[in-house]
Amino acid sequence: MAEPILELKDVHSGYGSIKALKGISLKIYPGEVVAIIGANGAGKSTTLMTICGITKATQGEIYYQGNLINKVLPEKLPTLGLCQVPEGRRIFPRLSVMENLRMGAFYRNDTDQIMKDMQHAYEMFPILGERHNQEGGTLSGGEQQMLAIARALMTKPTVLLLDEPSLGLAPIIVQQIFDIIAQINKEEGTTILLVEQNANLALQAAARGYVMETGEITLEDDAQSLLNNPKIREAYLGE
Amino acid sequence: MSMIQEFKKVWKTYTIGMIWLLGLLWPLLGIHPDGTLSFEKTFTVWAYLFAGTFICLIVYVLNKSGSLDAVKGPVSKVWENGSAASKTVPLWVWLLAAFVMALLFPQFTGRYQQDVAINVLIYVCLGLGLNIVVGLCGMLDLGYIAFYGIGAYTYALFNTHYGVPFWICLPISAIFALIAACIVGFPTLRMRGDYLAIVTLGFGEIIRLILNNWMSLTNGPNGIMGINRPGMWWISFADGISFEHFWFKKLHLMYYVILGLVILTIIAVNRLNFSRVGRAWEAIREDETAAELMGVNTFILKLLAYAMGGFFAGIAGAFFVARMKFVSPDSFIFYESAMVLCMVVLGGLGSIPGIILGAAALIVFPEVFREFELYRMLAFGAVMVLMMLFRPAGLIPAKRMGTRSDDKE
Ligand SMILES: Nc1ncnc2c1ncn2[C@@H]1O[C@H](COP(=O)(O)OP(=O)(O)O)[C@@H](O)[C@H]1O
Ligand SMILES: [Mg+2]
Repeated sequence: MAEPILELKDVHSGYGSIKALKGISLKIYPGEVVAIIGANGAGKSTTLMTICGITKATQGEIYYQGNLINKVLPEKLPTLGLCQVPEGRRIFPRLSVMENLRMGAFYRNDTDQIMKDMQHAYEMFPILGERHNQEGGTLSGGEQQMLAIARALMTKPTVLLLDEPSLGLAPIIVQQIFDIIAQINKEEGTTILLVEQNANLALQAAARGYVMETGEITLEDDAQSLLNNPKIREAYLGE
Repeated sequence: MSMIQEFKKVWKTYTIGMIWLLGLLWPLLGIHPDGTLSFEKTFTVWAYLFAGTFICLIVYVLNKSGSLDAVKGPVSKVWENGSAASKTVPLWVWLLAAFVMALLFPQFTGRYQQDVAINVLIYVCLGLGLNIVVGLCGMLDLGYIAFYGIGAYTYALFNTHYGVPFWICLPISAIFALIAACIVGFPTLRMRGDYLAIVTLGFGEIIRLILNNWMSLTNGPNGIMGINRPGMWWISFADGISFEHFWFKKLHLMYYVILGLVILTIIAVNRLNFSRVGRAWEAIREDETAAELMGVNTFILKLLAYAMGGFFAGIAGAFFVARMKFVSPDSFIFYESAMVLCMVVLGGLGSIPGIILGAAALIVFPEVFREFELYRMLAFGAVMVLMMLFRPAGLIPAKRMGTRSDDKE
């Protein structure tokens, strides 16, 4: 197999005296969809925030495209092609849909290409096109999730980190969002690291999965095997 | 009969409100320092207030029950027609009209009005600067007036010690205030929200205390006197053609100076506002972490916002000193910071016309009600409360849906 595009080696991190990650190791290969599943508070969001440098890794190494990125400032990562759709969407509520998308393209100077990408985003999410002048905060939950994804796509990511895209959304909207995620992976070849509490959904969308418990990876396997694993079925799929 | 129904809906709250008011008024008016108690004055004041509010109540009830529709219909129609007509006039016509009016203002007014106008314009300049920090970038700065003070003292000291003229010192003052903002901002801007507010509050007081106590440099509370007005070289035809220097002693000349400075500030702030940087500032205000994830260097941009705020305060400060020909630390107390903040919030965070209106309102309002000096702060507080209840986004809320210079639809 090729070199991993994103690799975590024994990464520790936390908030002050709270140790949220106790030695995480992950390998994500180019073009993959990988899921991290785990209960609330397992440290999934912290893992993504540590990769993005918002929460600092206290120990261990994070490699992106073969380079150590522990010390790289968070705002540099989108320029390298690493972008996150954070938990709870976190769009800019009082900026219009269009301005939210423009913020995704903040580091880019290629105005013409930005315009094309914005058009592309509107084609992918027609509802955003209809609402392009509306304030982000006035969108519905599903629309906000779409906006958050579209905003991240404006950074032209090579690796996209998605934190609980299904959170608080109606099943039909969730299905729509997961279709789009699959489409992004297929059409743009974007590598996707998907964090979910909804294990069933995540493992159906992903090729491989990691299971996290209280700051540690306890299991790593093919998504299909995880889905068939009786322990996983019991703990995360509610059987 | 819907009138009676409407009245039934509100009379309870109204009665409780009036009783509550009485309970508040009596300790204020009825308890005297010598220990005696009285009731008469409380009840007269209360009766007046009762009469006033009762009239308001009746108008409110009439309005709700639709009895006023006969009057309201035509009035609102005229209003709608007027605003529809005003929308067909392009923006530049309005701007031009405002500009011409501002230019002609000294022609029709006396010293007193010009004095008030100059004051308003100084605060507009301050408000526009603070708006970058608070309105766009979302950082609550309670020590903003310190940069005004730094700009003011920079000009005062350079002018009295080295005779540096106003026009040269104006950019120097602005730069000094900007540097001071960078020095303060560098360690503090990593903080967020309430912490930043407290730190800036402390910084403002530190600057004032330094100005107050550094006798050898600032002459302490006595202040610095004999500061020059701005001057200019002008062609004189007295005997042949020669150049002659004169000071801006006439008040209307000072008015034009600050008008020019304010216009430059408005242009600069407007450009910043609608640039890529302006949008990044707003993104930081909305969600700092999300902005960081989108590749915004939040620290540098926050520092830039803070520095720009300081820059415009420095300009205002230098002019203020040139206008007064005197400076003392008393002009840079916390009250001033609060005042500028009120203007920005009252007018509408992030909205340039709003801030101009806010500054005008907060300067002119106390002037108009000079006779009621005693109750000024009371009225001021009441107006603020009412404002926040009825127009929480400010007098002229910022238009958020505008496109920016680099947006092509
Ligand atoms: N800002 C924070 N400050 C302190 N502790 C936090 C903070 N955010 C998360 N934690 C703690 O870190 C652990 C992991 O949290 P998180 O990564 O959000 O879990 P998950 O995303 O898997 O639900 C939890 O125990 C949580 O309480
Ligand atoms: Mg989480």
